[in-house]
Amino acid sequence: MKRNYRGLFFTPYVLWLAMFVIAPVALIIYYSFFNIHHHFTFANYQEFFSSGTYLTMTANSVLYAFLITLFAILISYPMALVISKLKHRDLWILLVILPTWINLLLKAYAFIGLLSHDGLVNDLFQFFGIPAQHMLFTDASFILVAAYIQIPFMILPIYNSLTDISDSYIRASRDLGATKWQTLTKVIIPMTMPGIKSGIQIVFIPSLSLFMLSRLIGGNKVITLGTAVEEHFLTTMNWGMGSTIGVVLIISMVIVMLLTNTKRKRRRTS
Amino acid sequence: MNDKASRTGKIYITIVFLLLYIPIVYLILYSFSKGTTMTNFQGFSLKHYGELFNDKRMLAIFLNTILIALLSSVCSTIIGTMGALAVHNAKRRHERETLLSLNSILLVSPDVIIGASFLIFFTALKLPLGFWSVLLSHIAFEIPIVLLLVLPRLDEMSPSMTNAAMDLGASPAQTLSKIILPYIQPGIIAGFFMAITYSLDDFAVTFFVTGNGFTTLSVEIYSRARQGISLEINALAGIMFIFSLILVGVYYWIETRNTATTGKKSIVEVGDR
Amino acid sequence: MKKFLAALIAILALCAGLAYGSDQLTKSTGDTGNKVLNLYNWGDYIDPSLLTKFQKETGYHVNVETFDSNEAMYTKIKQGGTSYDLTVPSEYMVEKMKADHMLIPLDKSRLVGMNHYGHSFLNKSFDPHNKYSIPYFWGTLGIIYNDQYVKPGSLEHWNQLWSKKYRNDIMMIDSARDILGFSLISMGQSVNTTNSAELIRAKDKLNRLSPNVKAVGADEIKMYMAEGEAPVAVDWSGEASEMMSQNSHLHYVVPTEGSNMWFDNLVIPKTAKHFKAIYAFLNFMNQPKNAAQNAEYIGYSTPNMSAFKLLPKATQDDKQFYPTQNLIDRLQVYSNLSPQKVQEYNDLYLEFKMHH
Repeated sequence: MKRNYRGLFFTPYVLWLAMFVIAPVALIIYYSFFNIHHHFTFANYQEFFSSGTYLTMTANSVLYAFLITLFAILISYPMALVISKLKHRDLWILLVILPTWINLLLKAYAFIGLLSHDGLVNDLFQFFGIPAQHMLFTDASFILVAAYIQIPFMILPIYNSLTDISDSYIRASRDLGATKWQTLTKVIIPMTMPGIKSGIQIVFIPSLSLFMLSRLIGGNKVITLGTAVEEHFLTTMNWGMGSTIGVVLIISMVIVMLLTNTKRKRRRTS
Repeated sequence: MNDKASRTGKIYITIVFLLLYIPIVYLILYSFSKGTTMTNFQGFSLKHYGELFNDKRMLAIFLNTILIALLSSVCSTIIGTMGALAVHNAKRRHERETLLSLNSILLVSPDVIIGASFLIFFTALKLPLGFWSVLLSHIAFEIPIVLLLVLPRLDEMSPSMTNAAMDLGASPAQTLSKIILPYIQPGIIAGFFMAITYSLDDFAVTFFVTGNGFTTLSVEIYSRARQGISLEINALAGIMFIFSLILVGVYYWIETRNTATTGKKSIVEVGDR
Repeated sequence: MKKFLAALIAILALCAGLAYGSDQLTKSTGDTGNKVLNLYNWGDYIDPSLLTKFQKETGYHVNVETFDSNEAMYTKIKQGGTSYDLTVPSEYMVEKMKADHMLIPLDKSRLVGMNHYGHSFLNKSFDPHNKYSIPYFWGTLGIIYNDQYVKPGSLEHWNQLWSKKYRNDIMMIDSARDILGFSLISMGQSVNTTNSAELIRAKDKLNRLSPNVKAVGADEIKMYMAEGEAPVAVDWSGEASEMMSQNSHLHYVVPTEGSNMWFDNLVIPKTAKHFKAIYAFLNFMNQPKNAAQNAEYIGYSTPNMSAFKLLPKATQDDKQFYPTQNLIDRLQVYSNLSPQKVQEYNDLYLEFKMHH
């Protein structure tokens, strides 16, 4: 069957690859070499790498994405660890997944209410005698909300890699006299590295480009590469510069992939 | 790993679960408030649901969103499954690897990049932005996840099954419909439902490629949230929540009814993106 | 295989049902059909009850679609595929659209009631003899403050916004020309400057304002100001009047050193199709009673002098919304800039927003 039917399966899929993967990426690279007058130029890249603004923004963007990812890991790892030990762990992990089925925009919108001057969080603060804070439109709340949205996506891969560990390793480690802490740091964490890495992939890259959150929660002060792309494409109509930032984003994505993918590849080929 | 979770562990996950669910509960709770803001609850009322059901524009957008989700998922499931068959049948190792890494580009790309590049693409093709551009984009970014969910089932299938069928005189079409498709069915179903969630959850890509008055719920919520709090959105959140619960329920029902064999893990992998 | 086909058919049938349903819903809101007028307007920029009244009187249903900046509107229409009959650009955008051949001249013989407009609002340099445009509203850019946090009368100049007092307090309208514009005015420059050095100085000055900026936004500023989330905002006069009607602690000031004065105008874009409806609507809006009702609802200043006389005395006397000639003389109007300069404004503005 292979010979006769391969073409049939191949064509639509390869057509899709050509039209929606290769062509758009090629177009974005192509556009990055044009200015607003449709003249070929390297000026966009020159501007990006020589103007302090774009570089600081990139640095900020990476920093924010790093913080979001870090918070997500710090909260998710213990979470996944505990859930993996529970009796009805499938049920609990389903409860982790459930919030991801709710539209992202609705969750962001909920935080507008929660963090507002008279919102629930300030009510709680006042209950503990802390004066009401202005929390909307701060960097802290931007990071908090982004981490909130990403946590389930971090828990899942870690949980999956935790459940893949065979009990015998843990028992062996105990039998050899390792303390709980040693077992965790020397056995469990190294063995769940693939899960952590794919968690980082899933969280870090989108965090570089969250533009709606920076608009709704961050007060629209441009802070991520994604916001800058959106501004250039939809407001200032400078597609060339927008594409240039896009290319930078694609390159950083590839770097993240290479950094986090090494182990996986080795496992696949072995 | 069967030792019991410690007490601190349990307290910890309780807190995290609370944090995960408070915003959602808060959102839905206020949809029943008599007032107009999300700050102080003013007695039970269904009036925001009433407003929602009288808002014909919103209802039309709701139907459009589901229409896009279903239609794009059907198309992407078909193309994605074909893609999985193509990758599975790739003769050389590097051919497979190349196809797979091309496949994963759209999965790992930030939404903004997908949206911006599709916008350039559609403009270059002179395709007017609206229903069709949104539909095509959704199909496009759902295909890779379908492929990734179908492929493992195909790879699991032992070649002796298809060989046996062929030896017994089955035509390629018969082999496909009688042997292969039933075997990979759980993957296809999972792919279809995952595609629906991707579609319903998408904001950024649609935001870039939509136009001419066509909107989906995400884009509409974004523009309304920018105007400030309106408890009609909260009511919408309530409806969407129930809708997702139904979707999860239907998925579980199909899953458990069809394949007692696949085990419970697949839903976890489905949620893992 | 059969099961798949059955599922496929079921889903496609469901899709057909959904498409039909959504089509019916859109029809019932009147988005299609012949007796319609497609108005592409700013958000919340016409009294909805006037639309009902118009439909009752003439039978034309008005579909309103909204935009939130001149530039977004321009892009949308330029991109094509739309069928807007009327839109509402500001003066510099009228000039730009005119230059790009995106407008259809008005047929004066079909217009009634042009005599109601004040002379100072007609025959402006952006559209001599009103060949393409009819004034809709005009207004200013200014500062809104909440007297619970800011002493009344203590905030009257642009430069005061830079004071350390207002750290993280100011919300600003998301508009390149307005924001760079007030920075230019605060330095005594023209809002239409094409001098790059001046523009860069204006941007550098804005960067120093950054610590005081709480958020940059559009329509949402109204809600946040009305709820006391922020004490100070830089926004347009009509937005201010709407906030003030929701929160009596708010006040609007046009800084005495000057500000921007703008005119929004009804124009017919090249995409127009329903000409009978267009002229019916234009004439309907020319009627003083309707223009006055609209002005009262929106809160911006009307250029229709007969309508102005119908407004409540308090509004007529309100110096912030109908400023004296003395102040008007110090207000500046945007002129259309070359695409390069527009780009320069946009880029500098974006750099300011990126400044952190």
